[in-house]
Formats: sequence, C-alpha cells, structure tokens
Amino acid sequence: MHYDITLEIGYRFEHPATAARTLLRMFPINTSRQTLLHGALICSPQASERRDEVDFFGNMLTSLMFSAPLKNVLFRFEGRVQRIPFDGGLDLSPPLAVLQREIDGVASLGPHSPHHYLGPSERVQPVGEIAAFGQDVTAAALTTLEAVLAVSRGLHALFDFDATATDVATDPAEAFAQRRGVCQDISHVMIGALRAVGIPAGYVSGFLRTQPPPGQPRLSGADAMHAWVRAWCGRELGWVEIDPTNDLRVALDHVVVAYGRDYADVSPVKGSLRSAGPHKTQHSVDMVPEVLSTAG
Amino acid sequence: MTSVEAARSDTINASPADMSAAATAERQQMAEQRQIADALSVAQARAKAAQAMVLEYQPPEGVADELLQADGSIRPVWRPMIEHLATRGATALAGDFARGDQYLHDAGVYYRQYTGSDSDVRDWPLSHIPVMIAESEWAELSDGLVQRADLLERLMADLYGPGKLVEQGLLPAQLVAQNPEWLRPLVGVQPRSGHHLHVLAFEIGRSPDGSWIVLGDRTQAPSGPGFALENRMATAKVFPEMFVEGNVLRLARFFRELRASLQDLRGPNQGHAAILTPGQHTDTYFEHAYIARSLGLLLLECGDLTVTPDGPMVRTINGLEPVSVLWRRLDSRFADPLELDEASAIGMPGLVSALRAGQVDMLNALGSGVLEARALMAFLPRICRQLTGEALKLPNIATWWCGQPRELAHVRDNLGKMMIAPAMSTALPFEVDGSTALGGKFRDNARIAVGEWLEEKGAELVGQQAVTLSTTPAMIDGRLVPRPMVIRAFAVRTAHGWEVMPGGYARIGRTEDPTALAMQSGGSVADVWVVSDEDVPPDSLTPRADGPFMRQRPERLPARAADNLFWLGRYVERAEHAVRTMRAYHLRRAAVRPLDSPLLALLRADIARQGMSEAAVPPELLGLFTASLACVGHVRDRFSDDGWHALSDLSALARDMSKRPMGAGDSAARAMSELLRKLAGFSGLVNDNMFRAAGWRFMSMGRSVERGIQMAGTLANFADPNAATGGLDAAIEIGDSVMAHRRRYAVATQRETVVDLLALDPDNPRAVAFQVERLRKDQSRLPQRYDTTQMGPIGRALLTLSTDLSVAKPEDVGSDRLRDVASRLMTVSDMLSARYMS
Repeated sequence: MHYDITLEIGYRFEHPATAARTLLRMFPINTSRQTLLHGALICSPQASERRDEVDFFGNMLTSLMFSAPLKNVLFRFEGRVQRIPFDGGLDLSPPLAVLQREIDGVASLGPHSPHHYLGPSERVQPVGEIAAFGQDVTAAALTTLEAVLAVSRGLHALFDFDATATDVATDPAEAFAQRRGVCQDISHVMIGALRAVGIPAGYVSGFLRTQPPPGQPRLSGADAMHAWVRAWCGRELGWVEIDPTNDLRVALDHVVVAYGRDYADVSPVKGSLRSAGPHKTQHSVDMVPEVLSTAG
Repeated sequence: MTSVEAARSDTINASPADMSAAATAERQQMAEQRQIADALSVAQARAKAAQAMVLEYQPPEGVADELLQADGSIRPVWRPMIEHLATRGATALAGDFARGDQYLHDAGVYYRQYTGSDSDVRDWPLSHIPVMIAESEWAELSDGLVQRADLLERLMADLYGPGKLVEQGLLPAQLVAQNPEWLRPLVGVQPRSGHHLHVLAFEIGRSPDGSWIVLGDRTQAPSGPGFALENRMATAKVFPEMFVEGNVLRLARFFRELRASLQDLRGPNQGHAAILTPGQHTDTYFEHAYIARSLGLLLLECGDLTVTPDGPMVRTINGLEPVSVLWRRLDSRFADPLELDEASAIGMPGLVSALRAGQVDMLNALGSGVLEARALMAFLPRICRQLTGEALKLPNIATWWCGQPRELAHVRDNLGKMMIAPAMSTALPFEVDGSTALGGKFRDNARIAVGEWLEEKGAELVGQQAVTLSTTPAMIDGRLVPRPMVIRAFAVRTAHGWEVMPGGYARIGRTEDPTALAMQSGGSVADVWVVSDEDVPPDSLTPRADGPFMRQRPERLPARAADNLFWLGRYVERAEHAVRTMRAYHLRRAAVRPLDSPLLALLRADIARQGMSEAAVPPELLGLFTASLACVGHVRDRFSDDGWHALSDLSALARDMSKRPMGAGDSAARAMSELLRKLAGFSGLVNDNMFRAAGWRFMSMGRSVERGIQMAGTLANFADPNAATGGLDAAIEIGDSVMAHRRRYAVATQRETVVDLLALDPDNPRAVAFQVERLRKDQSRLPQRYDTTQMGPIGRALLTLSTDLSVAKPEDVGSDRLRDVASRLMTVSDMLSARYMS
C-alpha cells in the first residue's frame, strides 16, 4: 500500500521569537515494514543552519537554527511511503515468567535492544496505580503477547478519547486518574503498565490513514500525528506494535515516523521555539492511499 | 640561644692570633664533639616528646593507621611532624593553626552547607595536620591510578562507541541501558581530541591490611583540585619550616600541566579555554572562580554562550568570540536542554550538536558520569584483565551486583559485612544515606527487611564490602586523636600521558564513625603531603622569569560579567544616594517641628522617589546591598577578596542595624553616617586598587549613570521654585557640596547657585555634568564599531547631553529639564546594556 502524506506544523508568535534552535522528527523512517519512497521536509522561512542526522533510536533528526527573529514558521513534510503487508504470525511469545531471562540473554545496546525500554524514562516514571492496573489485567495472560493485548483492551475500555482533557505535557498518572486523554496519554499509560509487569515497551509516533477504507469506521487520532506502543514479546516474536487508542494491532493503516522510549524521545518539534512566549500552533496531517489521490 | 648555636659562636668568637695551631685544632675538635652531643641530646629529647605524645594516641583495633605502623612504632615519614607538634608548645601551635584559618578566611574559601531547603556559606573546615605519605608509596599508588584512568577511558570509549563490552558479556546491558548518566544522544559522538576523559578524581582509602583501595571514581566533573591547592597554601602557613625543609612534593607542576593541556586542546581555531560553571549557587562555585583566576581561564555560565553554526561563542563586550575548550563543572544532563534534560535552565541549547560537529572539546566529555555508578566496580577487575591482560594494580572496593544469582547469594549470606545500595548510586561508600543498608540494617530502620529488599529488587542493587578506613591524627582540643580518613587524588591527561597530583586532599571524620566523613556531616579536610627522601626544589604556579609558558590573550570581558559590574556600580551608588538623603532627613527630623512641615515632607517624598520605605534602615536598602553582593558573586573571578569582604561587612552592618530598635532622628542619622563611612571605604578600595580594565570601566559607568540620575532627580525636587524653604541646603548636603558652595559663591544659597554646582559644574564630582563627562571618557575606551569611524549612537547621545549641559544657564534648567536629563541617562544605560552587556 502506498500513501501520500503531508504533515504541517506551524507556529505564529505574538512577539517575534529571537534566535531559536529546533529539533524536528517529522520524517518517516525505513523499517522492515515500510519504505520511504520519496519525501522532503521544508521549512519556511528557511533556517540559517540545518543539519540532518540520525538519532540514537534510528530516527531522522533535523536540527535547525534561526538567527533572525521569527514571527511565523512552518515545517512541512511531504512524501510517499510504502507499507509492506505482513500478518501477526503465531503467538510464539514466552510466558511472562520467562520473559526476563530472554531479556537478559540480549547482550546488546543497539537501538532496538529491549534493555532501553524496561526502566523509567523521562515521561514514563513508575506510578503505583498504573502498575496495579497492569498486574491486574495481565494476571490471566498465558503469554507475553496475550498480556500486551490485555493491557490494550483494558485501556481502550477504560479511557475516553478526549482531546480537551489533556495537553502535550500531561503526566501519565494524571491522565490515568481522569481516564481521559489522547493517543499520547493512552500510550504513555500503556507503556507504564507493560514495564511494570516486566515487558519492555516503547513509544511510536506516526500517521494513521485519514479516511478509512469503505465500510469501516474512521479511526481516532487521524487528523494529527498519532502515537501508539510497541512491546518486546521475546526473542522469537520480537517487537509487536499495538494501537491502544483504537485497540488494534498495527498493520497497513499506520506509518511510523519515530521510535523511542516515550514522547520525549520522538516529539516532532522540540526546542526553544516551543517555549518562546504566547503563540498559536497549527498542526495538520493528510495521509491518503495513492489510488485515491490519483483518482481524485 | 640553643646549645648548638652557643657551641658555634664559641668557635667564631675565639681569636686565632691568640693561640697556637694545635690548640685551635683541639678546640675545634672539642667543639664539634660537643655540638654532636648536644644535637644528639636535642634529637633524643624531641624523640622522647614525640613518643609521649603518641602514647596517648590510640587507633581503634582492626584498622590501619597513617601515623603508627602495626607494631605501634611511628612511620618514618611522620617523625619530623610529630616531633614538631610535640615540642612546639600548645600556645604556639594554636597561633600556627589560627594563621592557617585566617589565610582561608581572607582568601574567601568557603563551601555551601545544605540544611533542608536552605543553604549557608560556611568557613572551610581545615584539619591542620596534613596526612603524610612517603613518595615511594605514593609512586606505587599513582601507578595504579594511571592504569585505572586508562581503563576508564577505554570503558568510556566503548560505552559511547561500539558497545563491545556488553556484546562480549563483560558488562550486563541493563547496567548501561538503565544508567541515567548514559546519555543516548552522545552515543557515536567522537571527541575532537580523541579522548573522553581529561580530569579525574579518585577516592582512595587504606584497608586494614595496609594496602590502598579505590572507593570511588569521580569522572563526571570532579571538584577539588582548587581546594587541594588552597589547603596546601593554608597548611604551608601553619607549618612554614616543616613545609620548606620537609621535602614535600609541590603541586605547581600538576596545575601547569593542567593549564598546558587546556591550551593544547584548543585545536585549530584557537578559541578560548574556559571553565563552565553552573553558577554561584553551586556548592563548589568558589573553586571554579579560584581555578579560573589561578590558571587565567574565562569563567563562564551557559548564559554567556551561544551556539552558532561555527560552534560555541562567548558573548563579550567585543562581540562573539569562539570557545574551543570547556572544562565542564556542571552535570552532563543539564548541559543542553535541547537534546538532554529539557527542564534544564542552566544549559546551552545546541551544545551537543556542536560536540557532534567537532567544534569544541569538553573536559570531560558529556556522559562521563556513566562511569560513576557503583555497579561498574563489580565488573572492572574482569574488564581490566580482558582489555589489558593485567590485573588491576590498585583494587577497588569489593562489589557484587545482585542481578546475578551467585552474587546475590553471596551478599545475602554476608549481610553483616555488607553495605547494600542502589546499583546506579554514584554516592561514595562512606556516604551512607536512607537508601543504603549497612550490616543488614537501614540507618533509619523504617524500611522493609533487607533480605526481602534483595529478593525483590536484586537487579537494582549492589552489595559492597562495608568500608573500614584507616585513621590519621587530628588535633582536637589540644590532643592528637585518630580519625577515619579518605584521600581524594587527582589525575590530568597531558601530552605525555596521565599526571597524578602528588597530594590531594583528605577528608577527616568528625568522630570515629567512618560513614560521617563528608563536610556536609561535619567532617573536615586536610592537606596530603607526599614526602620525598631527596631535596625538593621550591616551585610555584607563577611563571618563571626565564620565559613565559603561556601566551596571554588580551582580556576579554564576557557580556554577563560586564552587566554584573555595571549593576554593581548602579546599586552601590543608589544605596549611597539613599543613605545621604535619609541622613539629611533624620538630621532635620531631630530639629524641625512640626513633623508635617513642608521641608520634612519634601525629604520624605524624595526618599519615597528613591524607592525607600519609612523605616530607619528600610528593607529596600538591605535589598540593594543583597543585589550588589549577588552581582559580585557572579564575578568573583574578577573581583578582589578585599572588595568582597568590604561589601559583605557593609551588608552585614546594615542588616544588623535594621534589627536594632532605632527611632527616627539622631540615632538614625548616626547609623546613616556609619553606613556612609563604610560605603566610602568600599568605593576607596575599588577606586584605588581595581585595575583599570574593561571590568572597572563598566562599574564606573554604572556609578556615573546612577549618580547622574539620582542627582538630577533630587535637584528636580529640592531646587524647584515651589519647593519648601530649606530644600536648597538639603540638596547641597545630599550632594556633599557644602564646603564647595561656601567657597565658590559668596552668597547665600539660591536656586541658581545650587543648580550650577550640582547640575552644571564639570569639576564637581557630584554634579550631573561631571557624570556625563566621565561616561563619555569611559565609553570612548570601550570597543567601538570596526566598520566605520563615525561616532556610534551611544557616543552621540552622550555628546548631545554633554553639550546641552555645557551651554545651559542655571536659570534655564528647571525641574522638567532636570527630569529630562535623568531620563536621557536612563536611555544611555539601556543603550549600553543592549550594545555591550547582552
């Protein structure tokens, strides 16, 4: 499946923001399940300095510096991504009791090593209530994958999708307490719950197709950048991606932009622009299957 | 006269002409024999005294002692010191100790004591008796430290490079992945110099069998070399002869090497080498300023820096200048809010990017704190053998990571001898806190059973052999008593390998408890003397006459330092003007009735204009002193210790006065006079002693701007045609120009004479015009624009103001015009800020 994707994030400042440095993670990466066919990340006005690098987790990282004061700034990614079909396969994941031994067997510090995803991270610190929830819903699970699915199901049932209840800085404990939030909050809570029962879990930022295939409901979170979770389910099965906001395993409708331990590792725009006084943000995503776009 | 000297003078006084050659020879022989005998008896007496002193000195069972060997005899290296202590006499010794303390106090050595949320500045707690170590023993120690430093560099290069140690099973992955100091954005970043580690400290202690072990590695941003140097200066003042004649290895070479390697690291762009400090509120800020001053380095906070496409630059009054080397004294995580800790307020956005681009070198590389985690100690012996084929020459404290079944069992079975703490803890083994279990118990007893803790959290814990430290003599209440100690040793990377400081500093326990060594828990600090068998030539940090070893760059004043000095000038002047006005008020308050008379009301209004409330010593005045001290605090590396003390005393006096019950009138006026004298003392000190470099110029401009603004403001009120009777005299008094007025104008005070004297007279140092002329002069000496010889906007504004005042006639200068002059001076202040200080 090919998708044409446009992502725009813009800021309008009340007072021109002075010299600013910004990091962008807006460029979809290549994985075994997706290929970036072509794409460009354009910034207007043009930055006075730009470096394109790859970060620790393998994400595309664009670092920008503006030396002139900014009143408006717009970052726009436009490109085409191919998603490669795959099925979930058999559940070859070990029982939870055995998972730790399999983790210990991974002698690697590479970006996808499960060791990075087990301890606390900047935005996902241990929270007693979330841990209790995790232990509760996974008590009956026979395998690691079952446990992961149980957490996703449990959260989907518990949470109301509510874009007004939280903001980008909301703490998972707070979101969990009010049972409301957006994909970012639900993903953070799920990561916390999984880690609490010993399952390495990370954060995925990306896109969700904007219009569903005919006859299917529109998924939540499609009009902005989306977020979901990946969990390490043992040596055999490896990483499994799951979208707790819609309670489904990630397949053809999702496109990955960046992997990390939590939002802090993947936030699409990071830096002094964000904190430069009162501003208005614009954020829009368009992800259209190629057949549609050529037909329309 | 001692008997030895007496013997010598005998021979000298004898006249050779009076005796035969034989008699002379005989006499000489006898004299020599007597001399030897006398010397022997002196030596015996000294030895006896030393022995007596040592008899009372009883180290605890089961630990090694620095002074005494296992058989109870004095170690040879200590003998001269003990004999000195035993024969010097209590009074003389107390005087000696006081001399050392006085030195530290005068030098302004302090540290911050944290008490809950608050922190206090405390005197440096020097334990006067140095720890004595023989050079041969130290050489062996150094050898072990050099090996360890090399090993740590290899470990660091691997953790931020290929990660082979983990792949080969020499280090568990989770100990790295869950280490909060392992900074992922730095993985793959190659230091420009090729090395990650440049300045290291090691905490070492002596075990009961007399051998040395490493208790902790300080790799993040080790503090202490400056304190070691200050301890040395103070201790050398306590024992001047001992130090000069005692073959003590000198520290100067270490600091020269350190300075040379900082200069070498500057690389192709030859930018500044600077110390990067978190700022004056950090507990070791004194040391940062001290080292910066001693080694001639810039002392910078992240706010001084900006990262441009060409790398990090320091904002100076001359514009941006490149920085090539940063000796980092803040924790890595705070260094760059963009790529590291987002919440950091003290970081520099873009620093990691500059490091990645190889534009700057950092000592030590960001992320070096990863090596401080206790758990690593469990794996270092094996890693050393694997990487180098050798065993660790200097073992570290035995450590077991409880994430492995065998090690867990060992720790559980030996709880009584174990200290158990979080695996990622970077605390030293003698810093026992609430998260540490010692001998199977928590200090606060409030936690779960240690056995359960191990079972549940094994992989997050390490067991370490409970430390037993050696004891060293401390003089407490006139008696020599054994106290536990550890030594902090330092190593710096030079062009020819690691150089270990011959010395360091020892931390000495307040009691016999080896877990209460930290200064925060009342411990003290002692110098470490490494004593050679051979003569040691004197050496000092100041350059020798036979050639400079470092090219001095022209002084560059960072913009923030300029800003602080400028505001220091403004605050102090503002305080002085307020005190003068308040004194004028209180003098009249005592004499003038009724209290609501127009004159008193006028004075009260002017005091209010200056932002002061009604109290005799208003809190706003104290606030000005506090703000002045804060400004000096930011520029301690450029400000004299005497100036600092003068200002501290002034502030303390004002604070003290504000607590005394003090009515308006005479007593308040006297208090103000006392403050004025102190203020004059401070100004005199600064004016007489401060080098006329750019820094002084900013302070001077701050004073001129403020004095001009305040004088114009006061005149606008007091010399107004409608002002109360007596206002003109008050103005002359506030302007400190009573005598000048009397001499200059043979008439009674009139509005015109007062305005002439205090606003327009370019020769009166209190007049507004005088301030404008001084500002012009100072400003013309500051860096100007390079691209044009035209006058800049500040110069133009000042010249216009100067001209206006020069051609004005007193009768034309009304209150509105005076207020306009004040406001134009404020504009000049803003222009100076924008041009030079931001």
